[in-house]
Amino acid sequence: MDQALVAKSVFLAVPLLLLGLKLVPLRWALRIPVALVGAFVLALIISNLLPSGKLSYLVSFSIMAGIYAILTLGLNTQWGFTGHLNFGIAGFFAVGAFTSALFTTAAPTGVMAQYTQQAFGFEAPFLIGILAAAIVSGFVAFLIAIPVLRLRMDFLAIATIGIAEIIRLIFQNERWLANGPQPLRGIPRPLHCLFDEPSCAPGPLATLLQPLEPRDYIYFYLCVVTVLLALTYLLVETATRSPWGRVLRAVRDEEQSAAMNGKNITSFRIQSFVVGAAVMGLGGGLYAHYAVTIDYSHFNPLFATFIVWVMLMLGGSGNNKGAILGAFIIWGVWSGTAFLTGMIEPTLAQISQDLPARSAYLRWLLVAILLAGIVLYRPQGLIAEEKVVSRFLAKTGIGRGRRKQAREEEAETAS
Amino acid sequence: MTTSQGRPRAGETLLSVQDLVKNFGGLRAIDHCTFDVQRGTITGLIGPNGAGKTTLFNIITGFISPDAGRVRFKGDDITNLPAHRIFDKKLCRTFQIPREHPSMTVIENLMLVASEQSGERIWNAWLRPGHVRRQEDETRKRAIEVLDFIELDHLRDEYAGKLSGGQKKLLELGRTLMAEPEMVLLDEPGAGVNRTLMKRLVGNIEYLCRERGIIFLLIEHDMDLVMRLCDPVIVMSEGRKLMQGTPDEVRSDKRVLDAYLGGQYAAAEG
Repeated sequence: MDQALVAKSVFLAVPLLLLGLKLVPLRWALRIPVALVGAFVLALIISNLLPSGKLSYLVSFSIMAGIYAILTLGLNTQWGFTGHLNFGIAGFFAVGAFTSALFTTAAPTGVMAQYTQQAFGFEAPFLIGILAAAIVSGFVAFLIAIPVLRLRMDFLAIATIGIAEIIRLIFQNERWLANGPQPLRGIPRPLHCLFDEPSCAPGPLATLLQPLEPRDYIYFYLCVVTVLLALTYLLVETATRSPWGRVLRAVRDEEQSAAMNGKNITSFRIQSFVVGAAVMGLGGGLYAHYAVTIDYSHFNPLFATFIVWVMLMLGGSGNNKGAILGAFIIWGVWSGTAFLTGMIEPTLAQISQDLPARSAYLRWLLVAILLAGIVLYRPQGLIAEEKVVSRFLAKTGIGRGRRKQAREEEAETAS
Repeated sequence: MTTSQGRPRAGETLLSVQDLVKNFGGLRAIDHCTFDVQRGTITGLIGPNGAGKTTLFNIITGFISPDAGRVRFKGDDITNLPAHRIFDKKLCRTFQIPREHPSMTVIENLMLVASEQSGERIWNAWLRPGHVRRQEDETRKRAIEVLDFIELDHLRDEYAGKLSGGQKKLLELGRTLMAEPEMVLLDEPGAGVNRTLMKRLVGNIEYLCRERGIIFLLIEHDMDLVMRLCDPVIVMSEGRKLMQGTPDEVRSDKRVLDAYLGGQYAAAEG
């Protein structure tokens, strides 16, 4: 078997393994080995079946879908759990992306300084960069929250979309900050040297990476994105399915009543807004290191805000699994319609000469129709919100926990 | 004013409303209203529609701030405190139209209310799951006790939004109990509740006052209920306290009749 394919399969197995750990309905003692074996077998099958080009496409598709999934998880914390109608996702996405870029690049010197201007450059490691992206984005959200969260629903949507535009225009016009209208280039990819010259990898890893080329780096980045997606999912799911999340749902349902039950609703509203924005900032950071070159135009409302909303609406507001599922499906629909419009272009040309040039808008039309369909026919999304909020209960714990509890209770009554 | 040394004696002032004024635009909803609520009582608050009873509740519990005057609870000035701080002082309320959290289960509606939950700090969910879990078990036990008391245990895992109007009223009372309150303000607990449920509600309120020493102040239009349950009764009219007395005194007072019938009664008689 081709060595490169084996190496690729090893990388492909990581996201599959994470998925398996989540989905295989067995006890942990069995689940881990089953998921491990299953992931590797599946990865080998996929990498052998698909031609190399399609395989790379699948990987880059999954990376973007994973980044969108993180954005959707952030939005879910804000909208799904607390009811913040935030239409400013693009703003936090941009803040995260530029923060991580500035933290990890070096400030230009000499001749380069004439072409690139940036406020600072710390050459920090990747993990520091994306952590800073989350923190700065959360902090910006906190500053915004103080005036803006006095608003509710439509008014909050208007205010946040305005703020996102302001943030984008700042990055467009303030050259000193992040090279203004020019793109910010050369954002480092974490551990890139493993693929440039595999000799920099330690021992056995080098032999694994030997057959891979620099352009196969995306296989590794897929692992980075999926591991961080899984981590984000765990953190957000734990937080929103706890007494903390219960207060959020209470605030979403009936604010005054929550206040009367002793909850400081202003504080909780701000907390969820900040947590959601920090998650979005993390997504932005991951995007910056994947794209390598970013500029203000990447953060327009269509691509960075509204598509995320469609993802969450489809997947299921208030359900984190749904948020991730929705992100992958909608990104699939969006990518798929690119082929579709390509195919129908000759037909369009027969109708009118202008139409093929405008076929890109057809894609938005399709996404919009899909959104209308979701809202009309399945407003709860593919995976609806779960009935019980808090999972911090031994008795109502799922699966084995409950059975174990029941056994213990039986033993108690027997004795 | 010490509450720590055993049960405080009855007759001591618990809630004191002093000279409250509240204007809504040109309308004076509360007009120099003053009254006290004593410990050990179920006080009724009656008056015609628009007398300012609910506005008064909203001011006492921190939903709106008064234009003038003070509210004291256990001797502390609680005027203008935010609602959740007033809750912390063990002063709770229910709403005229029940405001349950419809997309949460009945039991979680109750569990939400428990105060000082460590799991309500986000980092505890991540860093101290065992601690949060133990506390959740405690909270759940208490919620089940309350459900047993209000006899809604069979609806434990039902969405609160699916309860009937009367059951929602019971749930409102249950939520105040979860707070282990010293005083509860009930806004029309009997409105829209059928006779059977009403009997249960009255029984519950009497029991809580007698056995747990919870002080009630309740707005009610059902005079049967007021006369049976409340002593003293405060009558409000046009934002002011008209009079205060035992149910019998109130029933036989001409001013009260005038207030309810808007003076026509007096005109017809005179």
